[in-house]
Amino acid sequence: MERKIRVLVAKPGLDGHDRGAKVIARALRDAGMEVIYTGLRQTPEQIVSAAIQEDVDVVALSILSGAHNHLFPRVVELLRERGADDVLVFGGGVIPEEDIPFLKSKGIAEIFGPGTPTSKTIEFIRANLKRPLN
Amino acid sequence: MNELVRRCIEGDVRAAARLITLLESQDRDAYAALYRLKDHAGRAQVIGITGPPGAGKSTLADKLITQFRARGLRVGVLAVDPSSPFSGGAILGDRLRMQSHATDTGVFIRSLATRGSLGGISKATHAAIRVLDAAGYDIVLVETVGVGQSEVDIVRVADTVVLVSVPGLGDDIQVIKAGIMEIGDIFVVNKADRDGADRVVRELRAMLETQVQLRGGQAPAGGPDTLAARDPDFMHHAGLERAAPAAPTGPGVPAVPFPPVLKTIAETGVGVPELADAIARHFERLKNTGELERKRLESIRYQLGQFVFDEITHLLSLSELSKVRDDLAQKVISRELDVYSAGVALFHSIPEQGAPREHPQT
Amino acid sequence: MVDFEKLEQDFNVWKARVEKANEKYPERKKQFVTGSNAPVDRVYTPLDQVDSDYSRQLGLPGEFPYTRGVQPTMYRGRLWTMRQYAGFGTAEESNARYKYLLEQGQTGLSVAFDLPTQIGYDSDHPLSEGEVGKVGVAIDSLADMEVLFGGIPLDKVSTSMTINAPAAVLLAMYIVVAEKQGVGAEALNGTIQNDILKEYIARGTYIFPPAPSMRLITDIFEYCSKHVPNWNTISISGYHIREAGATAVQEVAFTLADGIAYVEAAIRAGLDVDEFAPRLSFFFNAHNDLFEEVAKFRAARRVWAHIMRDRFGAKNPKSWMLRFHTQTGGSTLTAQQPDNNIIRVTLQALAAVLGGTQSLHTNSRDEALALPTEEAVRIALRTQQIIAYESGAAETVDPLAGSYYVESLTDRIEKEALQYIKRIDDLGGAVKAIEQGYIQQEIQDSAYAWQMDVEKNERIIVGLNKFQVKENPPKGLLRVDPAVGEHQRQKLASLKANRNQNNVDSALASLRKAASGADNLMPPILEAVRAYATLGEICGVLREEFGEYKPNVMF
Repeated sequence: MERKIRVLVAKPGLDGHDRGAKVIARALRDAGMEVIYTGLRQTPEQIVSAAIQEDVDVVALSILSGAHNHLFPRVVELLRERGADDVLVFGGGVIPEEDIPFLKSKGIAEIFGPGTPTSKTIEFIRANLKRPLN
Repeated sequence: MNELVRRCIEGDVRAAARLITLLESQDRDAYAALYRLKDHAGRAQVIGITGPPGAGKSTLADKLITQFRARGLRVGVLAVDPSSPFSGGAILGDRLRMQSHATDTGVFIRSLATRGSLGGISKATHAAIRVLDAAGYDIVLVETVGVGQSEVDIVRVADTVVLVSVPGLGDDIQVIKAGIMEIGDIFVVNKADRDGADRVVRELRAMLETQVQLRGGQAPAGGPDTLAARDPDFMHHAGLERAAPAAPTGPGVPAVPFPPVLKTIAETGVGVPELADAIARHFERLKNTGELERKRLESIRYQLGQFVFDEITHLLSLSELSKVRDDLAQKVISRELDVYSAGVALFHSIPEQGAPREHPQT
Repeated sequence: MVDFEKLEQDFNVWKARVEKANEKYPERKKQFVTGSNAPVDRVYTPLDQVDSDYSRQLGLPGEFPYTRGVQPTMYRGRLWTMRQYAGFGTAEESNARYKYLLEQGQTGLSVAFDLPTQIGYDSDHPLSEGEVGKVGVAIDSLADMEVLFGGIPLDKVSTSMTINAPAAVLLAMYIVVAEKQGVGAEALNGTIQNDILKEYIARGTYIFPPAPSMRLITDIFEYCSKHVPNWNTISISGYHIREAGATAVQEVAFTLADGIAYVEAAIRAGLDVDEFAPRLSFFFNAHNDLFEEVAKFRAARRVWAHIMRDRFGAKNPKSWMLRFHTQTGGSTLTAQQPDNNIIRVTLQALAAVLGGTQSLHTNSRDEALALPTEEAVRIALRTQQIIAYESGAAETVDPLAGSYYVESLTDRIEKEALQYIKRIDDLGGAVKAIEQGYIQQEIQDSAYAWQMDVEKNERIIVGLNKFQVKENPPKGLLRVDPAVGEHQRQKLASLKANRNQNNVDSALASLRKAASGADNLMPPILEAVRAYATLGEICGVLREEFGEYKPNVMF
């Protein structure tokens, strides 16, 4: 039987804006994925712990507070430390384009800026999973 | 595969998580490897937490985890939420309320979607419990969607079922009448600071007494239980001042158990230590009376039945038998055969076409 | 005089003719809707206002029910306050930006604090890492506050502070800074946002659970009514609720429902409604659909006036007046072709002015990308100034009144908002509705529906799903100096080394005692602030006494 795609939608740091995270969670569910939403104020440690226990394919980080350069790489670092190399990590929110190369160099697969249609994110997930589904 | 199971037994979180995923995807090798474990199962106390949405199950589970951790116990949690019937996807939101435990290495929380199962838990839940048991967790909490009469599968997997209700839902009586009373070992009225909490407690106790009276002193289906006779404190903790009124007493007539009815305010933790105590006592009682063995036996019987059922379903889906089934169906349509004869013919072709493998690949 | 019978006949004939023509030449869409998806008719006529009663529903400006404005002369007497929300990095950098804005003609200050400050953490707290100074100025103690307002005369300038859970502490700091300037609290003008309910609903910078939060809020009401009488003690906000995805009707309904909860809490705490109600203020959004927004503001004033007079029995007319600040809608602005945002902001600002706002913040064009540069914020300010001096919108009061469309919209929004308020009352009030996730669920549903409309191209956003161009990444965006965090940590270490620790300890002990009792918390907070206890230390004591809020998230 084909595996279901499991996604962790996380809000790292103190940012309290969750409109985007909730919209994405619903869109992913409507696309047939299983979505675990962490809620607000998550440390990278909490996010990675959840990602491993939930054995997710994807970690989607949503942030609008400008703290992404500090928090995103830490998530990837911790995933690697704990042997979870096959998790696709990407982010969204208010993240200046000029920060994207740095984030990608740290292992963030993609950044989806304001106005990205949810369909684009869904396609990206399907095309970039690191583990096969069967 | 055996490697994965081995690491899981050693307590490797990633291995346990990966194994659960395989089981959820109905990976037959995974099932075979897991169920071949004779020695690493049956240690953990499995606690089911069920009740209507809004009762505060997740918040209660969160506080229970804290309690159990303070008592030095390792806790595994399976939080089950419904899959969307339209898309097959799900938003699993129970974990959110337990995230404070995310970095505690003595706690493992996994969210599961029902994936079409109607009983309130998913097919893989049984197997996932076994994984967490094998991985050395002392307690496995299974939190389920519990509404209405069909969501009672929790009984088959849990040693102790905690039924959570809350005042003000308006349909307390309905929940009680739906037969949920039959499955609860411990009843909790959460959000007990709300208006109507005491009324719900009274109603629950009244229903429990009626149930006992109706049973007329007969043991409930599944065997005798004599804690009420052996443990006077039990009655006190259950908040009842007298024994079952109409049950005949005397030698040889087993008394009917009175489940405790407790009040909690999960948000602040009030009543949770007492709940943890009641859960521990229930497990002790099960062990002391042999009830646990009986339950486990019943559970295995059920699993064996399920195994056969799943195997047959699987075989029917394979191309050879599927073709036989199609041919037989055609014959019914063209009136060569009646449905009954066709069914019998299909049944008999199963052993010819295939059987479960003795030795799974590793 | 309108001959309604004749008009109705004429209208029906006209309608039949138009619909016949539409068969061959259909209109652009099957359904026309407002920015909030409410249906819009082809044309509005006196027939839509047949039952209208001018005196009861509109009246005159400055008179009940204030539909046409809370002052008789509105902008002919005084223009709205041009108050740009600003703050970032260190107190020194923000102080410089405030002085720049005041020089450029801004007439009031609006302070943005960083997330650690908003959530009661010092800059050296583990959770503050990476967040210090990013979305606003970092304030760890009175020392930072003194720098923030250095050289700014607090008796001449009114200051709005966007601070909620720890509002009491920041207000106390402001009072002490003024004290040191020789300005008494009774001379201070300004606002603290102090609206915890919308934090639970939409904004997320809560600290404590509802009951102790309401206590802090009513303590502030009480303290200010005696000592800081010209201060707006709360800015009951709909802005964030709208940003989270709510419709215009929901924005009004949920904001006023929150307002009702605050009034009830204050009354329960023993305050007389006319003691604090005149100092309640509101904060709304302005999105793109100009007519709907104008109608929304007018409806809000009318509904609130009735609530205060009829539901709460307030006697002072000042208690009936809904005074509000507006900010143009950040979520409507695009990262694509950012210059287009200047036009969006213009429409939104115009809506706020035509809607009778008391003060206004206009967003900068780079809103979707970063905090504004000096140049971007100057254009945003000029937008307000051009509307004020060149558009004619400020020359008369409530110019859109009497428009058949606008009055119909106003009536509809009023009606639907009242339905929501009734539903919330039935659930037991705003606090209970939030506990049950009702308000949040409604907002989420609207947000999702909006997103799906955009993705299906049923709602067009210029530059985003139509009229796109290939663009180069924008240049010259504001970057917050990452050294801010380190800078603040050093300042904290230095502060702690140099202050009188005994005074701090004894002040915090008094605070703890007051928190576990029922005394007003402002005096002990003021004492702690004067002793240079840090924000984190003060909030730490309160966290221990009150606990922390655990949100209920539903999908």
